[in-house]
Amino acid sequence: MSKKVNITINGFPVEITTGKTILEAAEEQGITIPTLCHHKDLCVAGNCRVCVVEVAGQNRLSAACATPCEEGMEILTNSLKVRNSRKQIIELLLAEHNADCTKCYRNGNCELQTLASEYKIMTQDFIELVPLKHFSIDAYSPSIIKDDSKCIRCQRCVRTCAGLQGVNALTVAHKGDKMKITTFFEKAMRDVVCTNCGQCVNHCPTGALVEKNYIEEVWEAIANPNKHVVVQTAPAVRVGLGEELGMKPGKSITGKMVAALKRLGFDSVLDTDFTADLTIIEEGTELLTRLKKALVDKDESVSLPMATSCSPGWIKYIEHMFPEHLKNLSTCKSPQQMFGALVKTYYANARNIKPEDIVSVSIMPCTAKKYEAFRPEMHDSGYRDVDYVLTTRELAILIKQAGLDFNKLEPAKYDRLMGESSGAAVIFGATGGVMEAALRTAYEIVTGREVPFENLNITPVRGSDGIREATIKIENPVEEWAFLDGVELKCAIAHGLINAKSVMESVRAGTADYHFVEFMACPGGCLGGGGQPIPTNPEIRQKRAEAIYAEDEGLPIRKSHENHEITKLYKDFLKEPLGEVSHHLLHTKYTKRERY
Amino acid sequence: MATSNQLKRVDFIFRNENDWEKILSSTLKKKPQDLINELISSELKGRGGAGFPTGLKWKLTAESKEKEKYVICNADEGEPGTFKDREILSRVPYKVLTAMAICGYITGAKRGYIYLRGEYKFLLPELNKVIDEFDYYCKETDLDFKISIFMGSGAYICGEETALMESMEGKRGEPRNKPPFPTQSGFKGKPTVINNVETLVHTFTIFKYGAKKFYDLGVQYSRGTKLFSVSGDTPKPGIYELELGMSLQDFVYEFGDGDTKAVQVGGASGFLVPRKKFKDAAIGFKGKLTGISLPTGGSMMLFNSSRSMFNVLDNYLEFFREESCGQCTPCRVGCQQLLLGIKAVKRGEKPASYLDKLLRLTETMQYTAKCGLGQSVANSFSSIVENFREEMIY
Repeated sequence: MSKKVNITINGFPVEITTGKTILEAAEEQGITIPTLCHHKDLCVAGNCRVCVVEVAGQNRLSAACATPCEEGMEILTNSLKVRNSRKQIIELLLAEHNADCTKCYRNGNCELQTLASEYKIMTQDFIELVPLKHFSIDAYSPSIIKDDSKCIRCQRCVRTCAGLQGVNALTVAHKGDKMKITTFFEKAMRDVVCTNCGQCVNHCPTGALVEKNYIEEVWEAIANPNKHVVVQTAPAVRVGLGEELGMKPGKSITGKMVAALKRLGFDSVLDTDFTADLTIIEEGTELLTRLKKALVDKDESVSLPMATSCSPGWIKYIEHMFPEHLKNLSTCKSPQQMFGALVKTYYANARNIKPEDIVSVSIMPCTAKKYEAFRPEMHDSGYRDVDYVLTTRELAILIKQAGLDFNKLEPAKYDRLMGESSGAAVIFGATGGVMEAALRTAYEIVTGREVPFENLNITPVRGSDGIREATIKIENPVEEWAFLDGVELKCAIAHGLINAKSVMESVRAGTADYHFVEFMACPGGCLGGGGQPIPTNPEIRQKRAEAIYAEDEGLPIRKSHENHEITKLYKDFLKEPLGEVSHHLLHTKYTKRERY
Repeated sequence: MATSNQLKRVDFIFRNENDWEKILSSTLKKKPQDLINELISSELKGRGGAGFPTGLKWKLTAESKEKEKYVICNADEGEPGTFKDREILSRVPYKVLTAMAICGYITGAKRGYIYLRGEYKFLLPELNKVIDEFDYYCKETDLDFKISIFMGSGAYICGEETALMESMEGKRGEPRNKPPFPTQSGFKGKPTVINNVETLVHTFTIFKYGAKKFYDLGVQYSRGTKLFSVSGDTPKPGIYELELGMSLQDFVYEFGDGDTKAVQVGGASGFLVPRKKFKDAAIGFKGKLTGISLPTGGSMMLFNSSRSMFNVLDNYLEFFREESCGQCTPCRVGCQQLLLGIKAVKRGEKPASYLDKLLRLTETMQYTAKCGLGQSVANSFSSIVENFREEMIY
């Protein structure tokens, strides 16, 4: 039984569970205390001081986010002293902030702007500090733009980069008036350990960290009559987009999204889910091949566990932090890049379009995908496989700019050839999804039977724990896979790079006996990706996950290997998994990178 | 506060007695509880400036059930105008070590650290020698207590106790949220006693001569003696051990140059007292007696009529602007605004009434800043601007 303390908030007595902060207690009572540095995903900082409240008997105000409730506390959240102080703190932040709101990417979705508006800060008496300092904009990264003039030093990005991701690309440097958020030796984000995951973008309250957008480039391509613009949409986009368009979290709007994309003028609207299914075939085969080599041939050069390679943030992370384990990575490209390579070969052939006339656009819940598309090795079609990557947020901007009334759109279907999706592909968007999809297919290949879980829902791999483990015992396999009889396939799932780090540390130490591990850079997997709608928090990610699993259950095909278009692709083009064409178009290599 | 007509010079701290081994062994024979009671009855308050009752601090740490505890001697003497700890550490370091060991005995801590100001690196060779000698003694007498030195790197903020601990843990020196206080969760999250160098030496005095001897000095709420670092326009700058509770009038009579315009008590984060208020001001912790009471870490800077109070304030604010750790809004932005603000008023770019806006800002800083640095900028700012407003404007 948890103990309670008795306090009063604004004169009303309430009972609060011991250990809760004043902020949490007030929230329970329906009182919002404004915050900036506080975020439910992150550790407490207590440095913006916007959440100060008055505690009777104390001259100083207390930061509500950092002060636990104590028996007998009399708390005032809106006294004159609190209001005046809070207002002045907002004024101070504005004096330090490049408040050029109309020219800001986050205009309309900025926490500082909202607060300034709530407190009706109509004048600027304090001296503006931005013109006195030399701020530069770091726009070298293909994924993220960092503009220090808009930074309010709340350190959410720093805590994200350290606490959620374990990357520490962003840190605090200098002190006093020169204190700033920066990188190792103030290098560009492009040149440091940054994984481009975009979690800092997702957690930034202002426009100091935003994605690099390719909105105009895409509009231009669409407007060019000589270009055939193909768009692919990632699994997690369909459960996030609605939030940007005014809906509550947890709405899946696939059909309407497809309709909107068609109205925006894309020549062909296709689905990354298609190549997610393809990934399962290729990666599943790769896993089984590795297992055979390791278990039957006793080939010691085979690296286990095999790690998934769908998440480009994770890829860049392992390249920097665990380069000695690059051989553990599946050689499969991510679904986005498989798609890109196929669009300018398979699709171009089938549609009889010159590959140089194709502009390949992808809509991703991710900022790291922007970087991935820029990788020099991603040119296997002979052209850049994916030309532009837009985030979920950027798609919403396109839809708004085009003036589409999203609610009035009639749901539409993806175009054919590369537009079919199994439920297994949809759940790629959630942590554990790739694992579940892989197991549904691999188990069936090996045993000839469906996975032994009710309704194909492999619940042990689902959930939101940072690291999850599951074991599936293989019994009575078909003849070809007889050597796997009785083998317990050991799987693990890690999401959020801090969790990936601890799994990799045990792999490095040799204490992990997994066969297959799914790694996702972002908390919650792609549905919590750095390109998803802001805000993000555990509850929102939970809602998105529920929507994804519901979408899976609602689809007629639930297993990747049953996707008809995939079967056709192998028959007409690839011939066989891990075959020569696959090897050329769908697989890749990795690069060791420096650790700073 | 009580007023005396003359300053009482005392000599406890620097009295070179060479009997620390005897004091240590005899003290360690007493019960920890009795020692804590002794300390509490002396009413010794922290000499770093904040004035937290030392006995209570030790008691809280002693009561904690945690096995791992620490004693830290805060020698990050960074307040402008103080230089007493440097003198203590070079002249009577063994008193500090002895006090730390006794504190360890009372609280159950086995490890002690001296956090030495970066600029005091020159003290290191001598200090290490004394520590080696002390270590040898501890080994000989089976006393399980080990002292090491941790070098600071020159940040003023690391004198703030929780920033100091962050720094010792290898992190950026930024103050923590309180609660929890160091007595519950300090260095490495373990219960920690952190005391100023001078405070520790006073405990040595108390354990040697008894609490009564200490208590009988000073005045109510401000017992005992205190080291003062006297600087500025004075014919005799230096370090003086004086009884607490003296009036500023008497102090200036003793140390002034006959033309003292104001005294800055407690360094840049303390208060400036103008001549007309000397007689009402007493040096000591807040009590119920009438008049102004001025707690201080011991910095006494005298200014004569040749000094511009604008320049003095400008200098302090430059210091704070640079030395703020920068994490909390009121302190980081506030210090910049105060500095730019008084300059703008001086140049006529802002009206004189802008000073009132800045005074309200210091009030906000006092209420909302995360640590003592930001909270106390208001002290010097408001006491200078309110008493020398014309000098700010013209």
